[in-house]
Amino acid sequence: MPAELAPAGASGAPPETRAAAQDGPPVLAARGLTKHFAVGGLSKQSAGGGVRTRKVVHALDGVDLDLHRGSVLAVVGESGSGKSTIARLLAGLVPVTSGSIMLDGTEVRVRGRRAFRRYVRRVQMIFQDPFGSLNPVHPIRYTLTRSVRIHRGRLTGAALEAALAELLERVHLTPAERYIDAYPHELSGGQRQRVAIARALAADPEVLLADEPISMLDVSIRLGILNLLKDLRDRLGIAILYITHDIASARYFADRTIVLYAGRVMEAGDSESVTQDPKHPYTRLLVASAPDPDDLSGGDGDLSARQVPGEPPSLIDPPSGCRFNPRCPFATDLCRTEVPDLFDVAPGRSAACWAYSDRPGKPVLDLATAGHRTGDAATGKGAPS
Amino acid sequence: MSAMSAKTTTAEPVLEIRDLSVDYGYGDDPTHVLRNVSLTLNRGEVLGLAGESGCGKSTLAYAATRLLAPPGIITSGEVLLTGRDGRRADLLGLTDGQLRSTRWQDVAIVFQGAMSSLNPVYRVGRQLVDGILAHRKGMPRVQAEERAAELLSMVGIPADRLRSYPHQLSGGMRQRVMIAMALALEPQVLIMDEPTTALDVVMQRQILEQVMELRDRLGFSVIFITHDVSLLVEVADRIAIMYAGEIVEQAAAGDVYRRPRHPYSHGLLGSFPPLHGPRRELSGIPGSPPDLRRLAPGCPFAARCPHVMDVCRTDRPVLGPTAFASTGPGVATAAEDGRLVACHLHAQGSGPVPKALAR
Ligand SMILES: Nc1ncnc2c1ncn2[C@@H]1O[C@H](COP(=O)(O)OP(=O)(O)OP(=O)(O)O)[C@@H](O)[C@H]1O
Ligand SMILES: Nc1ncnc2c1ncn2[C@@H]1O[C@H](COP(=O)(O)OP(=O)(O)OP(=O)(O)O)[C@@H](O)[C@H]1O
Ligand code: SF4
Ligand code: SF4
Ligand SMILES: [Mg+2]
Ligand SMILES: [Mg+2]
Repeated sequence: MPAELAPAGASGAPPETRAAAQDGPPVLAARGLTKHFAVGGLSKQSAGGGVRTRKVVHALDGVDLDLHRGSVLAVVGESGSGKSTIARLLAGLVPVTSGSIMLDGTEVRVRGRRAFRRYVRRVQMIFQDPFGSLNPVHPIRYTLTRSVRIHRGRLTGAALEAALAELLERVHLTPAERYIDAYPHELSGGQRQRVAIARALAADPEVLLADEPISMLDVSIRLGILNLLKDLRDRLGIAILYITHDIASARYFADRTIVLYAGRVMEAGDSESVTQDPKHPYTRLLVASAPDPDDLSGGDGDLSARQVPGEPPSLIDPPSGCRFNPRCPFATDLCRTEVPDLFDVAPGRSAACWAYSDRPGKPVLDLATAGHRTGDAATGKGAPS
Repeated sequence: MSAMSAKTTTAEPVLEIRDLSVDYGYGDDPTHVLRNVSLTLNRGEVLGLAGESGCGKSTLAYAATRLLAPPGIITSGEVLLTGRDGRRADLLGLTDGQLRSTRWQDVAIVFQGAMSSLNPVYRVGRQLVDGILAHRKGMPRVQAEERAAELLSMVGIPADRLRSYPHQLSGGMRQRVMIAMALALEPQVLIMDEPTTALDVVMQRQILEQVMELRDRLGFSVIFITHDVSLLVEVADRIAIMYAGEIVEQAAAGDVYRRPRHPYSHGLLGSFPPLHGPRRELSGIPGSPPDLRRLAPGCPFAARCPHVMDVCRTDRPVLGPTAFASTGPGVATAAEDGRLVACHLHAQGSGPVPKALAR
């Protein structure tokens, strides 16, 4: 199969229908999605103030998102920003702290085994870690059979064999008979990841929550898998949440992208605009620091010149105001005290940055310094050369 | 010369893998997963190892550190480690007792899938401290705790996470804890098997900077396994490309990218979605990797290669100089002489090398 990946907006269905897919009601939606995890110990404020409150990790705060049929939504953001937490909440694996999740407009209450099973029939998840998420004591056949039966009932014999072989072929695990009776430990990392994808696809879900589904695959197989998912999106109208740290693949694969930082949405919009003309200072840093295969000077790649200053914030005592303010070169007092809303910055696009408000004391973004590679001035480290 | 590379590189080999072959399975029908792989890691060098999923990268890492589990068996080869004192030993020939000390003192490995290999019942801080103490017997516990906090912040995790259990960390955080563990051992050779798959570029850079900094300070060498060639181009001094259990190309990092000599390397580069600049169609590599159990004679890439010739289906190409080396048929350049490629297109008398592979 030729592995070709066309730009997201330009492939499969004609542009009008792709746009129309966004207009209908979302199949899965979340409003104000919030998750705080309790951890041991007391928080800083409480230690000083005497009130005994449990420490919590503010993993996710007030996230809104819509998954439409036949459409891919990418979630990008740095490690620990809450991407997997979104997927686990949407999959019903952990309860929300507050906020709501709606499947076809009805609030989801996944309580009890039966309800959960009904839910996973429609909403499937591909876990981030293929080493931890495949049961080591069962061969691939067992894992996939269970999943196929969610969707197709008690399939047996030749029909089952054919279904399993077809699944393995779809994820480029060929010849199928080489993999079908293998145990997870007999497979390489990328092979396990593809089994995990096959398992989710076997259930023929309406919504696929894919958490870094291709992180261990080399580029050429990666293209094949992304094309497979694209095809499912276009042909079967499946809705896909695509979590990735690879913002370039979001550009190519996702219709829309949201950028997460420290548990909050920083920016949202169509993928091409978000990656090519980022509006939020954090998105700009993210885009500027991505490796550029067309601009690699080979061997003299200079990491320090593209280093983003500062560290990810503690989520136990998150910064007040805009969570990005400690690392933001434009931060003002307003940024340090009040949380910015998502402001409309262009049709269909929004950014959570005070610069786009009309508040007095708002920051002014200097495109020249933040839109491009941060130079030595920003890092304070000269690159010895 | 770059900020990242080659400061302490000398052509002094620290780890030499010679003719290493590995089978999975016993009996008459084992799968020959690695076939006569040779690879040299020089002191202070970062060697990148890239290749298709399932081509044998992790197997190589396991075999070279003698951590290969049954049914994997090393059927030939040696792995020579030159110690800090200049003495050389074949790791594959050491007794278990000897090995235990060498392995921990001199070669450390961050496993692929390390994010699931932390012990779920202990806090990560304790696991780090135990790791440090096992390595540095006699270090006071408080000092080890300080060191653990320092290591965590080196990989970008706030020290308030020392008291977290593994399940309370994100995937990328767990990966970083494992990297911190390996750094704690201050090894001579660090093998990192897809250590940053769950990390965004910003964090990858931060971690690799730390690794490079330690390399310059402690003079250690790194084998960095990843599928992400664009990352390797930035961090590695040299890159080896593997295909179906063999090394098919080896060159300075930038050369692999700008001037690939093997059709597979060339195909890899057409598969990157660029973030900057105009969108372009991505070509990918048609077909799928061969079944290692039934490798046909000839070049393992033949079924997918756009330049396949008759000889490719019968004779296996061996790793050798490119057509542009001073000994080869093409127009020679001095920079070519360190390069190796396993492809018949580069053999004497096979006609001009296709344009794409002759840049
Ligand atoms: N069970 C838990 N208990 C406490 N904290 C948790 C728990 N699960 C996640 N967290 C915290 O929530 C935050 C977000 O985690 P999440 O796994 O969503 O990040 P992520 O964006 O997926 O990161 P990565 O890219 O590294 O996988 C992290 O700080 C993490 O430590
Ligand atoms: N225990 C085992 N028994 C049989 N075959 C195995 C075993 N472990 C690995 N293999 C096979 O050996 C081949 C090489 O595996 P390896 O894990 O070295 O690949 P890899 O290059 O690291 O791939 P990835 O990039 O996907 O991690 C694979 O095709 C795999 O299926
Ligand atoms: S709100 Fe302020 S701190 Fe936050 S991104 Fe905008 S300018 Fe920076
Ligand atoms: S040896 Fe032949 S088949 Fe193999 S890569 Fe070279 S040209 Fe292609
Ligand atoms: Mg995650
Ligand atoms: Mg591997």
